[in-house]
Amino acid sequence: MLSEARCREIFETIRRASRADETEVFLLATQAALTRFANNIVHQNVAEEGVNISVRAVVEGRTARATTNKTDVEALRRVAEQAVESARWQPPDPDLLPMPGPQSYRAVDRYSEETARLTPEERAEAVKKVVQRAERSRLTAAGIFSSSATTQALLNSRGLFALHRETKAEFSVTYLDAGSGWAKGNFTTASQLNIEELAARACEKALANREPREIPPGRYTVILEPAAGLDLVGFLFYDFAGTAVLDKRSCFTGLLGKKVFGENISVADDVYHPDQAGPAWDGEGIPRRAVPLVERGVLKDLVYARHTARKMNAQPTGHGMLLPNEWGEAPLNLVFAGGSSSVEDMIRSTPRGVLVTRLWYIREVDPYEKILTGMTRDGTFYVENGKIQYAVRNLRFNQSLKEMLNQVDRLGPPVRAAGEESFEMVVPAMRVQNFRFSEVTRY
Amino acid sequence: MRDWAQGALDTATARGAGYADVRVLDACTRTLSTKNGKVGTVSESESLGLGVRVIAEGAWGFAATDQLTREAIDSTAARAVSIARASARVKKKDVVLAPEQKIAAVWRTPIEKDPFAVSLDAMMKLLFRADEEMRRVPRVTLAEASMSFTRLEQLFVSTVGSEIRQTKTYSGAGIVATSFADNEIQKRSYPNSFGGQHATAGYELVERLELVENARRVAEQAVALHQADKCPEGRRTIILDSSQLALQIHESIGHPIELDRVLGTEANFAGMSFLTLDQLGKLRYGSEIVNVVADARLEHGPGLGTFGYDDEGVPAQCIDIIKDGRFVGYLSSRETAPAIGLDRSGGTMRAESWNRIPLIRMTNVSLLPGSWKLADLLADTEDGICFETNRSWSIDDRRYHFQFGTEIAWEIKGGKKARMLKNPSYSGITTEFWNSCDAICNRSHWTLWGTPNCGKGQPMQTMGTGHGAAPARFRNVLVGVAYAQ
Repeated sequence: MLSEARCREIFETIRRASRADETEVFLLATQAALTRFANNIVHQNVAEEGVNISVRAVVEGRTARATTNKTDVEALRRVAEQAVESARWQPPDPDLLPMPGPQSYRAVDRYSEETARLTPEERAEAVKKVVQRAERSRLTAAGIFSSSATTQALLNSRGLFALHRETKAEFSVTYLDAGSGWAKGNFTTASQLNIEELAARACEKALANREPREIPPGRYTVILEPAAGLDLVGFLFYDFAGTAVLDKRSCFTGLLGKKVFGENISVADDVYHPDQAGPAWDGEGIPRRAVPLVERGVLKDLVYARHTARKMNAQPTGHGMLLPNEWGEAPLNLVFAGGSSSVEDMIRSTPRGVLVTRLWYIREVDPYEKILTGMTRDGTFYVENGKIQYAVRNLRFNQSLKEMLNQVDRLGPPVRAAGEESFEMVVPAMRVQNFRFSEVTRY
Repeated sequence: MRDWAQGALDTATARGAGYADVRVLDACTRTLSTKNGKVGTVSESESLGLGVRVIAEGAWGFAATDQLTREAIDSTAARAVSIARASARVKKKDVVLAPEQKIAAVWRTPIEKDPFAVSLDAMMKLLFRADEEMRRVPRVTLAEASMSFTRLEQLFVSTVGSEIRQTKTYSGAGIVATSFADNEIQKRSYPNSFGGQHATAGYELVERLELVENARRVAEQAVALHQADKCPEGRRTIILDSSQLALQIHESIGHPIELDRVLGTEANFAGMSFLTLDQLGKLRYGSEIVNVVADARLEHGPGLGTFGYDDEGVPAQCIDIIKDGRFVGYLSSRETAPAIGLDRSGGTMRAESWNRIPLIRMTNVSLLPGSWKLADLLADTEDGICFETNRSWSIDDRRYHFQFGTEIAWEIKGGKKARMLKNPSYSGITTEFWNSCDAICNRSHWTLWGTPNCGKGQPMQTMGTGHGAAPARFRNVLVGVAYAQ
């Protein structure tokens, strides 16, 4: 892993070589490994280590970026020069601000030595148990068990220094027979991953999903487990960016201060939440603030990079991306407020509805109405009279998120959820009325 | 490069690998964009590293590093072997590869103008001019223009004895005009969505796109869409333009024919396929005029799936996928080819970078041209809808049920293009859709499109694929479902 001293040494080499007015260096060192299994065997097993050194130069009001993974002195000098050369020919940018000076950051503890040192043998042994469960149930198992450790550092010529170390561990599994069942967990430490529980849940769903029946498309009461809810609401994240509103491509354009969702929906961006991940600073090194975005259905605030904040007469929130970029900023740590209903409570109180484990291939159909389309996958069940009745064939939905978040009538406790369409967030299970399934597939 | 690669190969073999291959990759990329008359992104990057893939104790292991010292390379090769031994704890039988010949070769993407030798100044001036043209149209609220270039220099060596050097160059460019009005966002892209057109080519690709010349037209269409009627609901005859048809091929033919999906190794993430092995040679995939190949050879064109050798050292090939409507071939690798009785890989394995293993990826999966002139096809269509330029795309995890939306559509009445339609969408079941194809335009309307953003694998890998298509007609297709109530 990159030490603080090595980060400073790399930065100093670049700063000395640079003819820029201001110089910023972003360092990212990664060690990652992933064990992948399918058909009850490990079929891929990989590990990587690497470092990225990304230099931003400011020359007479112009800025550009150059990146390398070569760490010798000559390569560092060359990347410094490249950033300056790329900046020189541009027209001056009137919105470009001087780089920020030193900042203070609230500590976040997201590094686990045990996770960083997880071995391929340990991952294989865990997978073996998952496979044995499959064989006992006459199923096949497919999935991954991965771990990583990263160091990120940001330094600039005004004296800013920010350092963040983080580990991640992820496990996901699909058990397959005629049908399938899935579960996934993603945490900053491997000890938080309950592989046995995830495997048991996925296995149970696969067994219950063996003979799915077809139900007609239409509007249903839908119970979205946290992973399914996450993959839908995750599509909102860039809409909360100040730049997206300035560019009139946010679904919240013209709606700041107005009621956008039902009163039971509150959303914040909060990197300090115990179930969140990531550094407490943004692409310019500005400390991230916890920002209440939606309170009781009312759009209260957006997130802002420094230059966006200046344009929009707001305060920077510490959500800017590495400059230069055309996207501005984004909240990466969304936390949805929840309620007290468990998924079981929701099922018990549903006269007729559909329980959704997971959604797949979600894409935006309409950017302002925020209509999304996609499919259910790996465990969709028909609920009637407060009980799961049978598994159903997968359904396609076309559903406006704006409409959906006005039709939520029950919320579960918020949890760190992991899907495949959005990055991890803290979201609850939710029950939604009048969710629109438009078509059905053949399995 | 050679010393690094050979050192890794020697160490892997000495540690007990029965098979090993090593890729050393030196990549450089340039990304440029403008937004509303200002610089968006200006970025240059380079990445050099080495990946070692081995079979030891009958199982796979892979390790990669960008620390290219003798010590780090040895350690990485040894690590790959030790990972393979861990894999062997959860195996049923030994991995067996289809045989492949020893190859010594050098291959380069043919280019006319090296994009990395063109000045940033010239590139940005072109983007600014296109950006400005779009903003001349009142009510355009967002004008964006972009270019991207990548050069990959790769050495592949393997215990088969192969040594293959390839230099691949990729270029791409496009523009997008967006208009927000009356609580509605409409946009038009040129020449395609997903950043425009992309190919294995040099800067000559960008010069031939005529971005500036098309900027005003697409900007005007983006604004005009606000006043257009909505796409109707119901079953219609539809015509897909070649870029939308290219994505239709990608999603509903390209992915289901990937043999790793069929055999279940992508089941947890990308999904599986409805094309089970018993369908090979039997399934009527499409109507008799539907012929599809997966062709990685230069003679197919400068697609994103064009190369000399794949990342297992297998030469580029042309594989028949659908012949006269019948399903006849999968995309395969050295490991999967024997599963369908082949004695050789189809040569489709590619890795995103030095730190990723190769996976089965689409090469250039193309619908071969038919016989129609576009004007004749339109004239022959009494009542239909012509869909242009993808806006949304979604398909189930076995690649059966799909739904696509496009940026714009045109009603066809009495053999002529009539009114503009907004928010168009269509959906269907893959085999029903391809069996409803009754006309495909000829070679003069055929374009080899580049899809730069195909995601697959864990860890995720993004790959460029090519898809040749000419406009084609399909009967009795469900349209307008996305916006129905």
